Amino acid sequence: MAVSNRPKYLNLYQIRLPVPGFVSILHRISGFGMFAFAWAILWLLQMSLESPESYEQARTVVQSWIGKLFLIGMSWAFLHHFFAGLRFLLLDTHVGVDLAGARRTSWAVLVLSIAGTVIVGANIW
Amino acid sequence: MVARIITGAHYGLKDWLVQRVTALIMAVYVVLFVATVLVCSPANYEQWQALFAPQWMRLASLLFFLSLFWHAWIGMRDILMDYIKPTAVRLALQVVVILLLVAYAAWAVQILWSN
Repeated sequence: MAVSNRPKYLNLYQIRLPVPGFVSILHRISGFGMFAFAWAILWLLQMSLESPESYEQARTVVQSWIGKLFLIGMSWAFLHHFFAGLRFLLLDTHVGVDLAGARRTSWAVLVLSIAGTVIVGANIW
Repeated sequence: MVARIITGAHYGLKDWLVQRVTALIMAVYVVLFVATVLVCSPANYEQWQALFAPQWMRLASLLFFLSLFWHAWIGMRDILMDYIKPTAVRLALQVVVILLLVAYAAWAVQILWSN
């Protein structure tokens, strides 16, 4: 297939990404974010389980404003990745593959993950 | 169109399937774990530690972490394949990711069985 002379238009600032595309790139970004900060989760889990003293240390970290911000960020990343992942499993089983359905489930992912993050945030702040 | 050099047959299908199986294992674990925490609401070290004390809980948590790290490998490899064009740099970063994830797995074992 010769595709040499087709126009390319990949200016990311001018492409209007459809909602499913938006959910898809956020799935990637949230996954990368969780990979990048996995060490912090393991570190906190280790502190919380090692001894009563280190448990208190972990509590202090989690209750600092940066700790809370971190947990809220991770909660959003997890919830978005979780719901967007469930959506991909639905697509695999041919549920919601038509245009209207794909948009509806994409909005559902965005709404559920943000609502979940607000609930988590309200509980830890 | 695409020159496949360092890949074997069925390479993509296997990863596609692994990504979904590990995702389901993690989803089940997380939902049950969050439900348990909400029901038991551990309020101090003893209660929190007791949650992870049974052998089956340590094993279930280990399966979760192994699923997580395998899942993260496939995801990170896809990201590196998409954005890092020079083969040497991509390969080096892929090795770094693998080493990091293997180290995380060992660390997870240590965390789960050291108390």
